[in-house]
Amino acid sequence: MNRLSALVFSALLTAGLLITVAEAAGDAKHPEAIDWSFKGLFGMYDRDSLRRGYKVYTEVCASCHSMNQLRFRNLSQSGGPEFTATEVKAIAADFTVEDGPDDYGDMFDRPGLPKDGFVNPFPNVQAARAANGGAYPPDLSLITKARSGGPDYIYALLTGYEDPPLGMKMRDGLYYNPYMAGGKIAMAAPLLEDLVEYTDGSAASVEQMSYDVVTFLNWAAEPELEERKQTGFMVLIYLTVFAGLLFFSMRRIWADKH
Amino acid sequence: MSGESTYQPNNGFTKWMDTRLPLLRLAHDSFVDYPTPKNLNYWWTFGGILTFCLVTQIITGIILAMHYTPHVDHAFNSVEHIMRNVNHGWLIRYIHANGASMFFLAVYIHIFRGMYYGSYKAPREVLWILGVIIYLLMMAAAFMGYVLPWGQMSLWGATVITNLFGAIPLVGDSIATWLWGGFSVDNPTLNRFFSLHYLIPFLIFGVVILHIWALHVPGNNNPVGISVKSEQDTVPFHPYYTVKDGFALVVFMILFSYFVFFAPNVLGHADNYIPANPLVTPAHIVPEWYLLPFYAILRAVPDKLGGVIAMVGAIFILFVLPWLDTSKIRSARYRPLFKQFFLIFVMNCLVLGYLGAMPAEGVYITLARICTIYYFAHFLIILPLLGLFEKPREIPESISASILPETAASPAE
Repeated sequence: MNRLSALVFSALLTAGLLITVAEAAGDAKHPEAIDWSFKGLFGMYDRDSLRRGYKVYTEVCASCHSMNQLRFRNLSQSGGPEFTATEVKAIAADFTVEDGPDDYGDMFDRPGLPKDGFVNPFPNVQAARAANGGAYPPDLSLITKARSGGPDYIYALLTGYEDPPLGMKMRDGLYYNPYMAGGKIAMAAPLLEDLVEYTDGSAASVEQMSYDVVTFLNWAAEPELEERKQTGFMVLIYLTVFAGLLFFSMRRIWADKH
Repeated sequence: MSGESTYQPNNGFTKWMDTRLPLLRLAHDSFVDYPTPKNLNYWWTFGGILTFCLVTQIITGIILAMHYTPHVDHAFNSVEHIMRNVNHGWLIRYIHANGASMFFLAVYIHIFRGMYYGSYKAPREVLWILGVIIYLLMMAAAFMGYVLPWGQMSLWGATVITNLFGAIPLVGDSIATWLWGGFSVDNPTLNRFFSLHYLIPFLIFGVVILHIWALHVPGNNNPVGISVKSEQDTVPFHPYYTVKDGFALVVFMILFSYFVFFAPNVLGHADNYIPANPLVTPAHIVPEWYLLPFYAILRAVPDKLGGVIAMVGAIFILFVLPWLDTSKIRSARYRPLFKQFFLIFVMNCLVLGYLGAMPAEGVYITLARICTIYYFAHFLIILPLLGLFEKPREIPESISASILPETAASPAE
């Protein structure tokens, strides 16, 4: 019975996982696994990479993509880029935010504050479509969680632009990317070498910028990751010790019945 | 409950209480001095684990409901608000979301355990039927819960499932409209699903009480499947099974925690992090993993109404399982052929689950049809015939006798 038990149990356990893996398969090229700093049981965010990633995001991505779930204050919270409160104030103040109505019923513009949300590049979906050849640049707040393949997929997409295969007709405003389902994407290759000037001396290669911005995007999607894993360790240690105590208690209680 | 109550109220309050509402006596007789077969293995610990899952889902769910907004314009953002701004909101939500998967993992093991050891056979038919009712309610609760974050898979999963009611002849469309509260899955649907999602767990809780009641009348089945004959065969529930169930529960919690803290989204679908959009249909609409076998059966039948009947039938056939199995022997341990067929049945269910996740085309459809036919054949042909033709192994005289090595009828398990 033991062998059978183990078999059935492990089969049931793996079934869920297998199915999830199977779902990820599609017609697009499969993204390579990247060695993210935040990957695995012990993985945490690389603070410098997050800050560089924010720079790439704000100078490149943010000109078309919204980031609706983030507020400027998030940039200083622990487990994120951890800018200082003063830095965050300065970052927010660079943006103009519409506020109001004031005492006369008028809307007015003011510099951004840490409590404000990230500023949307377009006033509405229609304006975003109109400016992007009919395609709507998706909100990036959850992008690494909202695509199968997660950060690996986003990285592959950013670095994977190439010439279309012979015979593939590309409509104006569409670009070839083998990682995109169908191969056609409305976003032109967004990153070019040295497009962003890193202040910490890192070389701004396409790979480096992609790595940094995807790290940032992953933080935007999972700002709780570091706290989650740290709590998880404490929980696992506690439960393992507890299980051990229970196991030996059980042995002792059952001793007279065997 | 078998035997006399051994409860002794030992102070003024408990004596006073005992003559008015003997709640403590009930608890004592049910969970302390309750005589339990002494040979229960770890497969029997999942009842306790499932109770833990239900309570966890209810507690985390009540907290989530304090921060969630059941409105199509706010639902998605309110879930993100929970994840980002509510203190430990991410923990509560990930426990709740993964808790559903863990609940189903445990219930499937629990159901297969019942099938393997014949726990549905007389005198436990009602116990089994109540279990199937709980399972049905769980599926309803899980399905509606999955709709609440109002992501793409929420909307489209709800659309696929509620459209199934449209397959009912004559009144199908009216029923679908009535369920939706409109002409498609929209705000009224989300609102009522939230209401029902909050209601169903308490219904489950009620049926769980009946389930435990129905368990405690005949008492536990056990791995050898023969009834308790003397006090020799039993131990009091406490401390013997409280500690064993407790140990198994904590091991289960380790697995649970792994998912919550280190792989919280691996059992979900990426598309559900995209806000629901009625104008964009996802490439593959798939339910959560625990509903996939039934989804495969649904799609295996070329006719819509036929598919719905097959899917519903696949669940409802469990209600009559006690009467389809003609064998008087409970435990598969003494049924060599049934043991093999049981294993094939489990594999068949897993393959159906896999096929449910695959696109409904080509070889997948053919395989799904074969597996669907086998699923029903197991209940309607194999089980009735096995009971008539199978030659069972020799059954030990008692539970105690089965444990003592010198009298064991078969090699140790």
